[in-house]
Parts: sequence; structure tokens; C-alpha cells
Amino acid sequence: MELNKNFIVGVYSDPDQVVRAVRKIRENKVKVHEVYSPFAIHGIDDALGYKRSRLPIAAFIFGMIGAILALSMQFWMMGVDWPMIIGGKNFASLPAFIPVTFELTVLISALGMVGTFMIVSNLKPYKKPRLMDDRITDDKHVIAIDIVANKVSDKTIKALLEETGADEVNEKNFE
Amino acid sequence: MEVVSTVRPPLVTGGKTVADVTEDICRQVEGKPSKSWLMGITIALTALAVGFYALIVLLWEGIGVWGLNKTVGWAWDITNFVWWVGIGHAGTLISAILLLFRQKWRMSINRAAEAMTIFAVICALMFPGFHMGRLWLGFYWALPLPNTFGSLWVNFNSPLLWDVFAISTYFTVSAVFWYIGLIPDFATIRDRAQNKISRTIYGALSFGWDGAARTWSRYESVALILAGLATPLVLSVHTIVSFDFATSVIPGWHTTIFPPYFVSGAIFSGFAMVLTLMIVARSAMNLKDYITIYHIELMNIVIIITGSIVGVAYLTELFISWYSGVPAEQYAFLNRATGPYWWAYWIMMTCNVVSPQLFWFRKIRTSITAAFILSLVVNVGMWFERFVIIVTSLHRDFLPSSWAMFYPTFYDVGIYLFSLGFFFTAFLLFAKFFPVVNMAEVKSIIKSAGSDIKSTK
Repeated sequence: MELNKNFIVGVYSDPDQVVRAVRKIRENKVKVHEVYSPFAIHGIDDALGYKRSRLPIAAFIFGMIGAILALSMQFWMMGVDWPMIIGGKNFASLPAFIPVTFELTVLISALGMVGTFMIVSNLKPYKKPRLMDDRITDDKHVIAIDIVANKVSDKTIKALLEETGADEVNEKNFE
Repeated sequence: MEVVSTVRPPLVTGGKTVADVTEDICRQVEGKPSKSWLMGITIALTALAVGFYALIVLLWEGIGVWGLNKTVGWAWDITNFVWWVGIGHAGTLISAILLLFRQKWRMSINRAAEAMTIFAVICALMFPGFHMGRLWLGFYWALPLPNTFGSLWVNFNSPLLWDVFAISTYFTVSAVFWYIGLIPDFATIRDRAQNKISRTIYGALSFGWDGAARTWSRYESVALILAGLATPLVLSVHTIVSFDFATSVIPGWHTTIFPPYFVSGAIFSGFAMVLTLMIVARSAMNLKDYITIYHIELMNIVIIITGSIVGVAYLTELFISWYSGVPAEQYAFLNRATGPYWWAYWIMMTCNVVSPQLFWFRKIRTSITAAFILSLVVNVGMWFERFVIIVTSLHRDFLPSSWAMFYPTFYDVGIYLFSLGFFFTAFLLFAKFFPVVNMAEVKSIIKSAGSDIKSTK
């Protein structure tokens, strides 16, 4: 998927340190490829300049689809295709259709949003992850900097990472 | 900047570091099964096997093998159904509602509570399925599928059909929510795996998770929206279950109080089951630093609140039946408390109204033994609540000549045993092969709510 293969990675232990480091690195006009962590760090999105995810909008649209689907299904089945007298009530009565409409709204919204999340984040069972460091699912945070994408020399990047409190600075190459 | 109150007790004790969290939780998954686990699964599988025999006979002979009769057409089966659905509610409450309220103590219990929800909902689904008599026709009867009768569709005016949609949506959304939470933790196990088999399996389960900040950011918004969706969902599920009764014209069922009363009863029994399981898990799996006395105390507080709401609902029901002036309604409640099923009614009253009030005492609330015993008592009480509502309302119907008693047969008990066996087998397998505590979430609070802040630097 991505073409970039050569990275300099700074390994950090403290999440707050990572946020400060990212700010400092970006102030120095060095592009950060990505930060990898064992858990979500508060404030890292702002530091990296990421916009808020639009997944809630996807959830809303899928929810609307679910609601329309559920209502039209029930009105068509009960009111048009085979109207039946049930306890002398109206053939098609909106109040009785609300519970199923609500459930299908939630179902389609949840499944649609999670499906979208899986696709945009490229999460799939047979995917081989590119791990910047083996410890990022344990207790270390990693700031990865793409060597090719930055015009600055490797030395400056490494110095910058060390200066911001990295425990280790390594190079990582993917074939 | 995060400001953390120093008054609150730490949520993770024992000076655990982030690496310790990984080590403590993964040890269960990687190590050989313990003696207590093997013993537990043997008992659970035995129950499952006995229950399976009852199930085969039931499917072969039909539901005539149950103790149901012309008057009491719903008994143990629907009691068990409502009981299991109710138990399921705590998992969603913990993971969704407590997430919306930013209650951090949910983090070390939400994973197991959600697993409990999923298995409990499967157990619940069994009962309406078996009650249909021909399980294999269940989909065809319950879902709006085209058929050769016209198509003659299912009846969307019926609360029983609303239930089909409510429970299946609830199951699906809970399972998805649970799985999304598991992905980062599966990645942790994958990266620690020593042999190829587990690396492949956990690799597939972790969906190629690499911990990128952008994925985490999306993950957080997915979790928040799912919590927002699951909150009204969980409240709707037991509301709709209560509609099964409330929309009928049986005295004792036909009451508008049912939805909130059932929902609080569900959370009440669910928390009791979470306590039962967590108290066993924390000692069997050595999770005392993650599930602390403080967690148990907070769960007990939820039990007092919901138990008291249930108590008020029982009294309101009694008052309204008298105040309504409807003789049938008045008789239904008089018969519950003093009729042939008086013992079931008073078990329910003692277990659900009196026993949780003991948690007002701090000593009892913070005692593990007391919490464990009372959690079992509450579960028994909540089973009897459903039995009382269902059987005592039915057994003396409008025509005194058809009044009858309900006597369970071996097959009533056997199918219940089957569901219990399934539940505990599934939960024990989960406890062995899946991370029981949400490592990623607990790691995120080590710095702010751990007992030893310095050790994480």
C-alpha cells in the first residue's frame, strides 16, 4: 500500500512525553510519518494535526438507511402486500412499527460504521501488520519519521528524537 | 492536561507498570490451564451433557415433555429467557453507559462483562427457539422471509416479533462492540506469541492491528458512537421484553410500569452475575490488583440503587392493583402473595428487596464473601421474580374450573441446566483463550489512576 520503506523510529515510554515530542518535531518542520502506541493517547490527534474522524457521519447515514428500510418494509408488508385484520387495528399503524424501526436503525448504523472503520483503517484478518517496533503493543510508544519524505538529514532527525526524550532511536527498513 | 482527584482510591493497585499489565493478563492466555479451570470446565461440560440429553428428548418428543398444561402455557422456558436476557444487560451497561459517563472503573471489568452479555443472550435466545418446538423452522416463522403462503408475512404488530428484532440486534451490536475492543489486545498476544499456531490464530484475530495513532483516533470515535447506540439499545431490549407481558390482557401483566421495572431488574441481576463471575475470576486468575475492593464496592452500590428501584416497583404494583378497583387485578396480586405460590413470592421479596439493602453497611459492601453470597442470592431472587410474574398470573385464569398448578419435569430442569452448562463452558473458554481484562484501556489509566505513579515515569 505505502511506498515508503525506510524510517527512523524514536521509542518512548511515557505517553505525555510523546505528545510533547510530536509538537516539538513538527515545530522543527520535520514531518512525522505516524505515532504507534499500545493505547489511545489523549491529545495526540491535535499534536499530529489530524482532523476529527468523520465516522460519526457514516454512522448517521447508515442509521437513516436502516430507518427508511425498516419503515418501508413494514408499511409494504402489512399495508400493501397482504393487509390483515389483527385485533381490528389499522392495517398499517406507525406506532406498532417503531420498535422494529428503532432496532434496525441501530443495527444498520452500527454494522455500517464498523464496516467503514475496518475498510478505511485497512483492518482485515489476513493482513500482515508493519510493526515499527515489537514493543508497541506492549508498553512502548513509537514516533516514526520517514527518511525520504523529509529533506532534513538523518542526523538532525535522530538528534531531535533524542532531544525530546526518546529512550532509543533506531532505524527500521521494510523490504 | 488532566486533573485527577486524589481523594479517589486507585483503580489499579500493586504499583503495576504498563508492561506488568501485558504480563499479568497474557499469562492466562499463554500458560497451561490451571487445576481450578480444568475442574470448572469439567463441571460445566457435565451440566451441558446432561442438558443435551434433555434437549434431544425435547426436540424428538416435542414440548409436551415439559410440565406445561392448558392453563400454564408459559413457565420455566420464558422465565429462563427473561432471566438470561436480564443478566446480559450489565455488560452493555458497564461498557456503553459507563463509557458515556466517563467512569474509568469500567475498564478492568468491561471485557468480561461483555463476554457474559454475549453468552447470556445466546442462552436467552435458546428458550423461545426451543419453545417453538421445531427449532429448524424458527427462522422461517420468526423472520420476514418470503414464503409460499402468499407471502404471508410475520405480524409486525406483535411484541413477540419486536423481541426477535430487539434481541438479535442486541446480540449483534454487543458482539461487534466486544470484538472491536478485543482487536488491540489480540495484537498484544500476537506480538508475544512463541509458537507459529498461536501467532497465526491471534494474527488473524487481530486484523493486522499496528497501533497507528490515526487508527486509534478512529477507534475511539467508533467506540463512542457504538456506546451511544448501545445505550438506548440496551434500554429498548428489556422494554420490549416487558411488552411481551404488558401488552397482553392478563391481570398481573397488563401494567404500564413494566418497562422501567424490567430494565432496572435486568441491570440489578446483571450486576449480580458480573459480581459472581468477577469475584471468582479475580482470585482464580490473580487479578486482585485490577479488580479491587473499590470496584466491588462500586458494583454493590449499583446493586443497591437498582434493587431499590425494583423494590419500589413491587410496592407500586401492589398499591396500583388495589387502587385500580379491578377485582381481577386485585385478586392476581393477592394470589401472588398469599396463594399456593406464596413461597415463590416471598423468596422474590426477600432476595430482591431485603437482601440488597444490606449493602448500605460499608463493612458488607466491601466484604468479598458477603458480596459473593449476596450476588448469588440476587440471582436466585431475580429468577423467582420472573417465575412469579409468569406462573402466578397464569395459573389461576378467568375460569376457576381451569385453575391449575405448574410442576416442572426433568426436561424443564434439564434445558435450564443446558443453558447454564453452555454459559459456563463458553465463559471458561473465554477466560482461558481471550484476554479477560481490556489491556489497552487499563494501560491508558496506569499513569493517572495507578497506585504508584512514579514507577511509570
